[in-house]
Amino acid sequence: MSALADRLDEIRGEGRAALIGYLPVGYPDVDTSIKAMVAMVEAGVDIVEVGPPYSDPVLDGPVIQLAAAHALEGGVRLTDGFRAVRAIADAGAVPVVMSYFNPMLQYGLERFAADLVGAGGAGVITPDLTPDVGEEWIAAARARDLDTIFLVAPSTTRERMHLTAAASRGFVYATPLMGVTGERAAVGDAAERVVSEARAAGAPRVCVGVGVSTGEQAAQIARFADGVIVGTAFVRCLTEAATPDEGIEALRRKVSELAEGVRSAR
Amino acid sequence: MTSSLQSAPGPFFGDFGGRYVPEALTAALDELTDAYEKARIDPQFTDELARLARDYTGRPSIITEVPRFARHAGGATVVLKREDLNHTGSHKINNVLGQALLTKRIGKSRIIAETGAGQHGVATATAAALMDLECVIYMGEEDTERQALNVARMRLLGAEVVPVTTGTRTLRDAINEAFRDWVTNVETTNYVFGTAAGPHPFPAMVRDFQRVIGVEARAQMLERGGLPDAVLACVGGGSNAIGAFDAFLDDEAVRLIGCEAAGDGVETTRHASTITGGRPGVLHGSKSYILQDDDGQTNPSHSISAGLDYPGVGPQHAWLADLGRAEYWPVTDAQAMEAFRLLSRTEGIMPAIESAHALYGAMKLGQELGPDATLLVNLSGRGDKDVEQAARWFEMLPGEDA
Repeated sequence: MSALADRLDEIRGEGRAALIGYLPVGYPDVDTSIKAMVAMVEAGVDIVEVGPPYSDPVLDGPVIQLAAAHALEGGVRLTDGFRAVRAIADAGAVPVVMSYFNPMLQYGLERFAADLVGAGGAGVITPDLTPDVGEEWIAAARARDLDTIFLVAPSTTRERMHLTAAASRGFVYATPLMGVTGERAAVGDAAERVVSEARAAGAPRVCVGVGVSTGEQAAQIARFADGVIVGTAFVRCLTEAATPDEGIEALRRKVSELAEGVRSAR
Repeated sequence: MTSSLQSAPGPFFGDFGGRYVPEALTAALDELTDAYEKARIDPQFTDELARLARDYTGRPSIITEVPRFARHAGGATVVLKREDLNHTGSHKINNVLGQALLTKRIGKSRIIAETGAGQHGVATATAAALMDLECVIYMGEEDTERQALNVARMRLLGAEVVPVTTGTRTLRDAINEAFRDWVTNVETTNYVFGTAAGPHPFPAMVRDFQRVIGVEARAQMLERGGLPDAVLACVGGGSNAIGAFDAFLDDEAVRLIGCEAAGDGVETTRHASTITGGRPGVLHGSKSYILQDDDGQTNPSHSISAGLDYPGVGPQHAWLADLGRAEYWPVTDAQAMEAFRLLSRTEGIMPAIESAHALYGAMKLGQELGPDATLLVNLSGRGDKDVEQAARWFEMLPGEDA
């Protein structure tokens, strides 16, 4: 049983794609970040990616890097992520964690899986862990019935598409543009190609993270993906606001725009 | 038959090493691994690398006995392997020529690299000029300030130097930024990694390119009269040390001692002694010892030497430490600077501050073992780049009052 798969199938039944929103825990502070995540759910995000900050985020662009660094300076701890997960589950969305590997490893993979399940989390996206070296994590997650979400890229070979599709549960996370996180002017055709390759390799559900920041772009991706993943555009609502409250208001507006986007595609 | 520890192929060294990277980089690392596996046994590649080592780098590097310095090392016989005499002034060129040749072989036109002290950046910029490759060097902003002269050297050689302003603004952040560049431009770009750390194939490949240090030194010591009692080298990421150690790994009587930067002291928070003061974890693509907090966040490191100022260490060193085959000693800023001053004054050889950590290790070991001991120290680099910093340390600059 996978809460993510169930939710994505239900959304597909509504004839639309899911909107998946990422925020780092602890930006600008832990309480505000949790409030912002709940606000995203209220404004129309279906699945929330809870991001515990990491000191060396090699796959993140400047916006998320700076937010994560600020959160770490503020003293955010990995366990604050579980509080966020609980709040999201209570608000009625599906929470997943997106974490670099070392914080999970130091916490203890089995303990991490147990505490995430305890908080109501559905699974973990691991941007710097591929299935080849993910055996221990996959075993710990399976033992707790947690989803394991791995990434595919345009450079992923057919063989590795199969490997990744087989090791993933919940969905496969497609990153159709080479590079770090951040908004893009064009989200383009590359996305459709990577999604169809992942499907051909046996992935039943494929969500796309490609730097979407407008409703129109969300609609474009929603035509062929099961979910549209948005991070930087949401984080920027918080980083550019004069006060936390204004940030959360800007975030609600951005989420509404994109939620409309994923509903207008088909 | 006992199995050899030499030239361990990776990806894992015991529990350490591996490849913990974003999927987007996997294809490039596979391509590199494959190209390297073929190149290392292809005479066309190995002959060309050997030719460059001879005609460009100036290999073999000599060994030099330093008796006046050795008086401060318990009267032991101290012999230096002179990697400081290589073209560009350090061991880094050995690795860079190999990886630049490999870049040409896989048909890429652009190389990127990280640098701490600037030695690897200078070597990479040099190889790029030699082989007509576009070159971008990432360097922490704090290091660009500490090593302004090397920034100018890289620019004069035609490289673009990008100061990295995120995080601790040192080597570790330069590596993060180089990875970000690589994941964006991997189609045209090869990452010339500077040390024997990072994801497979880098730890094994960089070690192989640096292995020449120990191979030459071992033969030179035998010719001189016998194997040394110990080989000492400084360890940041650990490429000069693993290069010096590898050929001696199966000589059980030879102690191998890596000298880590202890900054203000390992008992403080300001040091870079990863094996002495760290715990196993994953950083920059491989599993090894890391300076980190309870949550797995990397702790900032500190060393007077930019080249050793790194909170990780190559996975083969982590393995050798766990096996007990190599020892890792902390050497503080003050101890390293004492050795820097001594070698300069007694022998007229100014070491890189990095290498001075190994020299201090030799002083300590020599005092323990006495005059019968023979110690081989890898003098991994020369001190020209450190003149300003050393002058400041010893308060020799005009108009500077303590």
